[in-house]
Amino acid sequence: MKNIFSVLFFLINSIVIAQDCNHKLTGVVIDFHNNKPIENATIKVLNASNYAITDANGNFTINNLCQTNFTIEVAHISCETQTVSINLNEDNSVSVFLEHHLEELNEVVIQTSSRTEVTSIEQSLNQKTIEQFSDKSLGDALKTVSGVSSLNTGNTIVKPMIHGLHSSRLLIINNNVRLFDQEWGDEHAPNIDINASDRIEVIKGANTLIYGSDAIGGLILIKPKKYATLDSLFGSSMLSFNSNGLGGIVNSEIIKTYQSGYYAKLQASYKRFGDFKAPDYHLTNSGIESMNLSARLGYNGFEKGFDAYYSYVNNEIAILQSSHIGNVNDLVMAINRQEPRVINDFSYNINYPRQNILHHLAKVEAYKRLQGLGKLSLQYDFQINRRKEYDLRRGDRANTPVIDLRLFTTSLQPNLEIDAFDDFEINTGFLLRFQQNDAISGTGVNPLIPDYEKYDAGIYATGNYKLNLFSEISAGIRYDFSRIEAKKWYNTTDWEDTYNYDELFPEFESGITENSETLTYPKFSFHNISANFGYNRHLHNDFELFFNYGLASRMPNPSELFSDGLHHSAARIEIGQLTMNKEIANKFMASLVRNNHNFGFSVSPYFNYIKNYIQLIPDGITTTVRGAFPVWEYNQLDARIFGVDVDVNKAITSTIDYKGSISLLQGDNLSDDVALIHMPSTNFTNSISYYNKNLNQLSIGLTHKTVLQQKRYPDYNFYTYNATVDDNVYVDISSPPSSYSLFGFNSSATFKAFKTGALKVEFNVENIFNTAYREYLNRLRYFADELGRNFNLKIKINY
Amino acid sequence: MKDFNLNPIKNLKLIALFFAASIAFTSCSSDDDDHDDHEHEEELITTVTYTLTSGTDVVTFTFQDLDGEGGNEPTYNQTGTLLANTTYAGEIELLNETESPAEDITHEVEEEGDDHEFFYTSTISDISITKDDTDEDGNPIGIETTFTTGAAGTGSLIVVLKHEPTKPNDGSVANAGGSTDVEVTFPLTVQ
Repeated sequence: MKNIFSVLFFLINSIVIAQDCNHKLTGVVIDFHNNKPIENATIKVLNASNYAITDANGNFTINNLCQTNFTIEVAHISCETQTVSINLNEDNSVSVFLEHHLEELNEVVIQTSSRTEVTSIEQSLNQKTIEQFSDKSLGDALKTVSGVSSLNTGNTIVKPMIHGLHSSRLLIINNNVRLFDQEWGDEHAPNIDINASDRIEVIKGANTLIYGSDAIGGLILIKPKKYATLDSLFGSSMLSFNSNGLGGIVNSEIIKTYQSGYYAKLQASYKRFGDFKAPDYHLTNSGIESMNLSARLGYNGFEKGFDAYYSYVNNEIAILQSSHIGNVNDLVMAINRQEPRVINDFSYNINYPRQNILHHLAKVEAYKRLQGLGKLSLQYDFQINRRKEYDLRRGDRANTPVIDLRLFTTSLQPNLEIDAFDDFEINTGFLLRFQQNDAISGTGVNPLIPDYEKYDAGIYATGNYKLNLFSEISAGIRYDFSRIEAKKWYNTTDWEDTYNYDELFPEFESGITENSETLTYPKFSFHNISANFGYNRHLHNDFELFFNYGLASRMPNPSELFSDGLHHSAARIEIGQLTMNKEIANKFMASLVRNNHNFGFSVSPYFNYIKNYIQLIPDGITTTVRGAFPVWEYNQLDARIFGVDVDVNKAITSTIDYKGSISLLQGDNLSDDVALIHMPSTNFTNSISYYNKNLNQLSIGLTHKTVLQQKRYPDYNFYTYNATVDDNVYVDISSPPSSYSLFGFNSSATFKAFKTGALKVEFNVENIFNTAYREYLNRLRYFADELGRNFNLKIKINY
Repeated sequence: MKDFNLNPIKNLKLIALFFAASIAFTSCSSDDDDHDDHEHEEELITTVTYTLTSGTDVVTFTFQDLDGEGGNEPTYNQTGTLLANTTYAGEIELLNETESPAEDITHEVEEEGDDHEFFYTSTISDISITKDDTDEDGNPIGIETTFTTGAAGTGSLIVVLKHEPTKPNDGSVANAGGSTDVEVTFPLTVQ
């Protein structure tokens, strides 16, 4: 194919020779996508007065040309203007291909209403919301979306939860790369620097098949910006300080773009907090230190381009010291105590327990548009996740982690997007992935997750079809094959008697035993099929109706299969099962939306039926040298989750807006006829904001959030004999804490700082009334209250 | 006009090469890339032995869980007979018998005496147990004890080792704080 750009360079040194003005150029202008002629395109000869307009067949003729070497500029509405150099001595007829996908090339066209999938039910976080949460985590920011909650371990480890589902049931896609960061664990938060994100989308269902077949809960897409093809250098720096935790963040980014289509971005942030404070006491050992870096380099061309991205995340996260327990009596004491066991003065020290997580993610993606067909792209990526968990240990092992796992993932994904048809679009491709987990030796502790190798291959096709001007349907299908091969030492008694694996899986045995342990090689293969169907219809005025159905299946993750032993930092024995089957979910969703600034709303009911749902629940105690120890077991059941998310916005005056939302959810364990564990309770938010564009973009807002007590929960409480007091004691590990309401204040104003820059100042207050509360979905709720009041001051300079 | 002439495909190759190189680098430089994952539980306490000596009279209480948590249930053993109205010198020993020779964990506790303390509780009220050793701050550790029996009776003896307890404390487990490293309960008969 003719490379239009390269032709341009010939012109620079072309020699102008005076000639008679009797030359003639003929040509045709064609749509690059479908090879159809373009009518009413203008063709202008640069540095001359000659011009022409194409006819219905795309043809044009320019007469009376004085020169044989010149440049023409070809333009059409909603197409990118092309310049083409002409040498009449070689050729007096030319074909020009125009590209009408301007929105993909130019940032300014991207609007908040743009969707990943036209028919999917999704909500997005814009730059402004992301900035509000710059000191916090991805999970905190996502909670502003109705239907999204989080499973926390303290306040710095925040796992997002969509419609009650988290961990392996959510796909987190960072710059088009599916994040693999040992997401199976309850206290493993996604390794994403929120400050490296330009835009975050939440898809509440399994409706984007190109990323995987196992999005039972949904997807979170962290999307990069498309930059305008201009010669420009810009950036921003932000400094934020918080009274609670006496810390904050410094973040800077710089972006260079070229008119040629090249761009580069560099971003870095550093976050540091000391011990946070609950209303009545310091949360000893709850700080965080985080260093992040991301870099992008790419070429955003008309016919081809590439994007390379690298991100580095290094988190050192303290975990509340009082949460370290030795046995079930320690746990009972913690539950019955009103305050944490250890309360020290404020400190920046990060002691034990703590996590250190390092995550490298790199990808390179290249695309080429094929004339009359679409866009072919190829992506290669790799990730390394190194997780070390430290706990209180005896002797000189203080700096030896109890868990040290290194997960390496690499994948190759070609994709073909066929957009040559007017009302029909097809996306198809395949995926090859390899993953290796290495339980690093030297910890002196049996690894909770064993060494394994995993192979994945997937193939998919999705299509969008415009039924008419008002409605569109989409459908897709995907097949995935996965194979996991592990190497694990089992306690021989457990292997043979407790789990009966010697009869169920004799083929996994190696015949090697050592110190009452048996070496095994478990191998499993899974075939997963997923499918979706979506329908979207614009009703009269600004109403829109969506319907989604998604079938997703997920193979059990390594934790659910292989966990077997003491999870030190969680202070519980966790037991997985080799007999786990895959989870299969059928999710139905509908949404009625009114997009209106004066009064808009969305009402989105959903119903999710999950066969073989895997849960981790308390299952009594086991006797160890530490006494009775809590055991949590993975088991499988049929589950049903349904609910509704409602969002409302109303303009009260031209400067005052109201926003509100409510999320209702019910999760049922159908097999045991009880509620599902760890389901978010009913919660609602209200906010009123004032915004005046003319007064330094002054914005003032008041927010309110109420979370009601979870009344529907499974009761896994039990009695245990406490020898010290010679009595049975009640272990209340199930009862949810009370309802709570929090109020917040936020304000910001923007000032013109210098010629091309702007200075934005923000002042925010969280938990204004210093309310003491605990949250059901926080794993440390037995030990301490949530955070008290916080004042936050933020200064951002754009340049 | 363009002042910038780079071939995107050439660049792409360069970047691909860079990433390929970085993978090679990360996989080679990883000093801890190992494939022998059979960890020996280092901190495991398999055996707790409480030995009471009075002259030539020796009574031992032994807790043993050789395969750690899970697997086989722990066992409790007693040798010798506890006599009424007798004073015994008590000594506790913690072992990791999965190592060969068995690792004496009592030493580790002794070295970190200021971060550890044993607590002895008897449900027979006539029995008194006092701690005879001290850490560097002069607070009791409880490896060495004096065990005095009163009248005959039956009940149980609870031995608890706390890590990072409040020191000094009032001597009761409930108020000592810290986290539990050992908690074993022996049946107790005084004749």
